[in-house]
Amino acid sequence: MSRPVLSQETPDNQLPPTEKDGLAAESTPLSSTKSASSRLSDFLKNFTSNRKALAGLIIIGIFLLIAIFGPIFLRQDPNAFSSDALQSPSSAHWLGTTNLGQDVFTQVIDGTRASILWGLATALIATFLSVVIGIATGYLEGVGADVLVMVINVFLVLPGLPLIVLVVAYSPVRGPLTVALVLAFTNWAYQARVLRAQTLSLKARDFVVAARASGESTWKILFWEILPNEIAIVVSGFIGTLIYVIGAAAGVEFLGLSDVTTIDWGTILFWAQNNSALLQGAWWWFAAPGICLAGLGAGLVLLNFSIDEIADPRLRSEIHRKPRIKRWSLIPVGKVQPAP
Amino acid sequence: MKYLLRRIGFYLLAIWVAITVNFIIPRLAPGDPATALMARFRGQLNPEALHSLELQFGISHDPLWVQYWQYLVQLLHGNLGVSFTYFPTPVSKVIGQEIPWTLTLIGISLIISFIVGTLLGVIAAWRRGSFVDSFLLPLLSFMGAIPYFWLALVFLYVLGFQLHWFPLNGGYDTAIPVSWSSDFLATVISHGFLPAGTIVLASLGGWMLGMRNAMITTLSEDYVVMAQAKGLKESRVMLIYAARNAILPNVTGFAIALGFVVGGSLLTEIVFSYPGIGFALYQAVLNNDYPLLQGIFLLIALAVLIANFLADLAYGVLDPRVR
Repeated sequence: MSRPVLSQETPDNQLPPTEKDGLAAESTPLSSTKSASSRLSDFLKNFTSNRKALAGLIIIGIFLLIAIFGPIFLRQDPNAFSSDALQSPSSAHWLGTTNLGQDVFTQVIDGTRASILWGLATALIATFLSVVIGIATGYLEGVGADVLVMVINVFLVLPGLPLIVLVVAYSPVRGPLTVALVLAFTNWAYQARVLRAQTLSLKARDFVVAARASGESTWKILFWEILPNEIAIVVSGFIGTLIYVIGAAAGVEFLGLSDVTTIDWGTILFWAQNNSALLQGAWWWFAAPGICLAGLGAGLVLLNFSIDEIADPRLRSEIHRKPRIKRWSLIPVGKVQPAP
Repeated sequence: MKYLLRRIGFYLLAIWVAITVNFIIPRLAPGDPATALMARFRGQLNPEALHSLELQFGISHDPLWVQYWQYLVQLLHGNLGVSFTYFPTPVSKVIGQEIPWTLTLIGISLIISFIVGTLLGVIAAWRRGSFVDSFLLPLLSFMGAIPYFWLALVFLYVLGFQLHWFPLNGGYDTAIPVSWSSDFLATVISHGFLPAGTIVLASLGGWMLGMRNAMITTLSEDYVVMAQAKGLKESRVMLIYAARNAILPNVTGFAIALGFVVGGSLLTEIVFSYPGIGFALYQAVLNNDYPLLQGIFLLIALAVLIANFLADLAYGVLDPRVR
């Protein structure tokens, strides 16, 4: 539900970005006669001139910088207690303090690394599973493939969050690794189904038939011929999964089902909730980690929208343009406002 | 008919998987958390209850398949064991008390958000570039990208704690006796407003985007152009011609959302301390109440599977091509 098939659209992207910026003379988007390197530079040009992509990349870049370099600049131990309990934001404590006098700003910066790293790891495992199983079930035939398709469908309908709660409750080790593994194993199925459908349609194309006829091995066909043609779906699926698992991991930690002594955005929220920060009016305690989660989510959503638009030109031309030309010519002027 | 049988077969398989997962997970756990608990309850429980607990946790020297068979037989008799926390209430009774709350809250908010979101999506596709399309849609999509529990916390803080418009926790006012009186119902509504409202707000964007994108595709179809050329009323073309043919993906989405929302009720009910299945599940985890935990998981899994099955049926009726 959260991953739109069509890209959302603002007036900016109705024209290919290059035309809009007056660069039309330099490049025709994605034309077939170009060399690989100039096609790559076209892609990059498309990418940087797409405002959504740029905004998304900047947001994600900031978070990545914080995750990589943030802890180096911290002067305090994020766990250090102090006598300034439950202080509201001030020049000494930019984001206020917890009930034990820990500095919320230090904790949020320190927690960024863990939140992003575990989110990336989870999404990578889930994407790996979906790619292998999705492509294999799309291309191969036989009992094994049928069983795998069944597995995909069963995983699609099993309720994720309750399953996580069940597994974590019985798990001897509660920690980010458990959460990451369970989230990865419950979130690959949707993407696998999308990739399977795409593989099924690529299977009959000439280049695949030719590769098979020339005696290439099945593995080579799967990962050298088919996979490169699905890379846009894989990437946008990866980002969609990343958005979901970062939020879900924070939710699981918020419930106290992970290791609550490690510091990241979810566990800060857990401690805030556990010490009823809300009822004490300590809004700063849960504001910052939530804003970080929302901000990173928004950046990833923007990036995903723009990848859909850029990587799949059909989304731009056929689906967006055609209805426009056909429709507006028939609507009485004044009743419906066409987009400017 | 063949379609129907295939679907029934598939869902039976899925139910079997859910039941088996429920059987296997406690037995995979090393260190046997149950044995420790059993020791705690020895002397408090009668031998029969102890025996049924033993079956449930696999503290048994029977081979695994015998245990599995016994577990299935117990399930078929509707015997989910005895809750530790609410001892000696059977798990099925605890679940029975909690489920009306969850069903009402989740059901009402899901239906509201489905109807409103779909209608907004229709309007957004029909009037491209209008306020609804270019402002409301991105705003609601953004709301959907925020982790739900945090959105709920913010609303609770602002509308409940700061402005005192809504109560901070619970499903009803404990000062008023539980009955069907109008006073009591009024407190139920005021307590339910924030939980339901936040669910609606968080999920509107998804419905809206889905409907809008599907409708943009149908708008380019010839029969829509034809309907307009005939000079039919705008509302008729919009709803009967375009929206009706674009709603199918949203109908399947409804089932998928049901799964998400039943699971998601966990977070809603904990943030608002609202009675229900999710809150009970949370309590069960905190208190190591394994029978209750497993009973609730099984129930949620069944509910989601049945919802998906109904959606498949609806899809089959609405779109004969899939049959």
